[in-house]
Amino acid sequence: MKILVCISNVPDTTSKINFTEGDTKFDTNGVQFVINPNDEFGLTRAMWFKEKQGAAVHVVTVGGPQTEPTIRKALAIGADEAIRINAEPTDGSFVARQLAEVVKNGGYDLVIAGRESIDYNGGMVPGILATLLDMNFVNTCIGLEVDGNNATAMREIDGGKEKISTSLPLVIGGQKGLVEESDLRIPNMRGIMMARKKALNVVEPVDAPKPTQDQKFEKPAAKGPVKLVDAGNVEELVELLHNEAKVI
Amino acid sequence: MSVVVYTESDKGKFKKNAQEAASYAYKVAQELGESVTAIAINADDDASLGNYGVSKVLKVTNDQLDTFNAKAYANVLTQAAEAEGAKVLIVSSSADTKFLTPIVTAKLNAGYVPNVVAAPDSISPFVVKRTAFSNKGFAHTEITSEIKIIGVSNNAFGIHENNVTVAIENFDPTLGDSDFTTKSVEVDKVVGKATIADADVVVSGGRGLKGPENWSMIEELAEVLGAATACSKPVSDLGWRPHGEHVGQTGKPVASNLYIAIGISGAIQHLAGVSASKTKVVINNDPEAPFFKAADYGIVGDAFEVVPKLIEKLKEFKAQNT
Repeated sequence: MKILVCISNVPDTTSKINFTEGDTKFDTNGVQFVINPNDEFGLTRAMWFKEKQGAAVHVVTVGGPQTEPTIRKALAIGADEAIRINAEPTDGSFVARQLAEVVKNGGYDLVIAGRESIDYNGGMVPGILATLLDMNFVNTCIGLEVDGNNATAMREIDGGKEKISTSLPLVIGGQKGLVEESDLRIPNMRGIMMARKKALNVVEPVDAPKPTQDQKFEKPAAKGPVKLVDAGNVEELVELLHNEAKVI
Repeated sequence: MSVVVYTESDKGKFKKNAQEAASYAYKVAQELGESVTAIAINADDDASLGNYGVSKVLKVTNDQLDTFNAKAYANVLTQAAEAEGAKVLIVSSSADTKFLTPIVTAKLNAGYVPNVVAAPDSISPFVVKRTAFSNKGFAHTEITSEIKIIGVSNNAFGIHENNVTVAIENFDPTLGDSDFTTKSVEVDKVVGKATIADADVVVSGGRGLKGPENWSMIEELAEVLGAATACSKPVSDLGWRPHGEHVGQTGKPVASNLYIAIGISGAIQHLAGVSASKTKVVINNDPEAPFFKAADYGIVGDAFEVVPKLIEKLKEFKAQNT
């Protein structure tokens, strides 16, 4: 089995978000970038397939040279090869069209992407990619088994989960549940050394439209102070929720 | 020409997000000088959409679509949009809709912006406001493609009544075997209980509750309020509660009217995930917990004393007000 894991380079979840250049750009100053958490669950599941069932695992990202430390980390975790498509990932359709080229040329059976990146939250790349290449697609995937050409996926739905039967070639939009938090791997020294010798191929993007553009950003409005209610006077909270907030 | 809205239903009944998406579609149609056409799959009360500004319902009745199937549903939406010559398509933010909309986006060569929280900033150029950075910010995003798809966030634009005369037309999309290459084998869904995605009220517990055995009071509080139950990330990672209840940046977002956080300190990732909730209440014994800076109401106190009292007072309140 040949697996491609799509990786976004995103600000660490603890990052404070600021904007710059007249609120038109995300301020990367002092921000630590990591593998998008949804993608990291997928990468770890891909490593499981590699070790238990035998698979080649490649990783791909769409991004400038500054994303290479993140993709090197994926190699250090155990991916065999990496591809960087040298373009800024500013639109989901554009990114999906770049990835489609890589998938088509690489003959992958399984493409594991995250359900969404935690920066721009578009959540559209896996679905567009699957549709462009006429591959099967399962989103919000929280479990995946592959047996020959057949795949069984568990999908999170609102209020529960759904078991889906499908076949390769398959694209999934994955998230926590594909593996547990405790299964995530921290690269060891040997992995980091080996990653330096692994191929990181840089390819130039293909022409593709960008139907959406972020024009301006803003931060949420500052919040007023909390209204404290005494622990011995809980009925006051009920009264405030009813008469003031009008939510009960 | 019309603005097309996908109105999602569950067992024949339109969901709240369908009414909200229809309300949004009406707003956009007004600005464009067009009318709203809804696409409804196996729904019973199609005419009710007239209350939210829908002039025409394309009614699909098809046994093959009784169980949700993203590819087949996406094909139905695509054919409806094409039949209507729609340039703007409005959808909701449910898990099912976020599954099918990227497929429609690719089929229609459209530009898609999800998580939209307000009426368009402008129609020409077409700019919408959406959440970004997992609710830590907003982006104003321009859509330049000929066909535009807007995913409306839950409980942000709101449900608005606009009564119009509604015509119902049968719509019979062409579906083939290739639309059913992923098959639903089994659905395991809570019945008769609010879900985090749809609930007006969400009651959430954190590590301050000390162990899974103490969740009965969270569930009792949720029951009194008709609320969904949720939890913080550490709680789901410890296995105290299922992953499906994890709310926050890497879990589910919450956009309820009321969010009650019990024994949750308020890590930045958690606060981002619940920030779209209208009113936030925190109960925590640590007055320095960051959640107090993000909440509207707070009680500094021991959850094991405060929550049972709150349940009692809410029961009294409900008894008097029903």
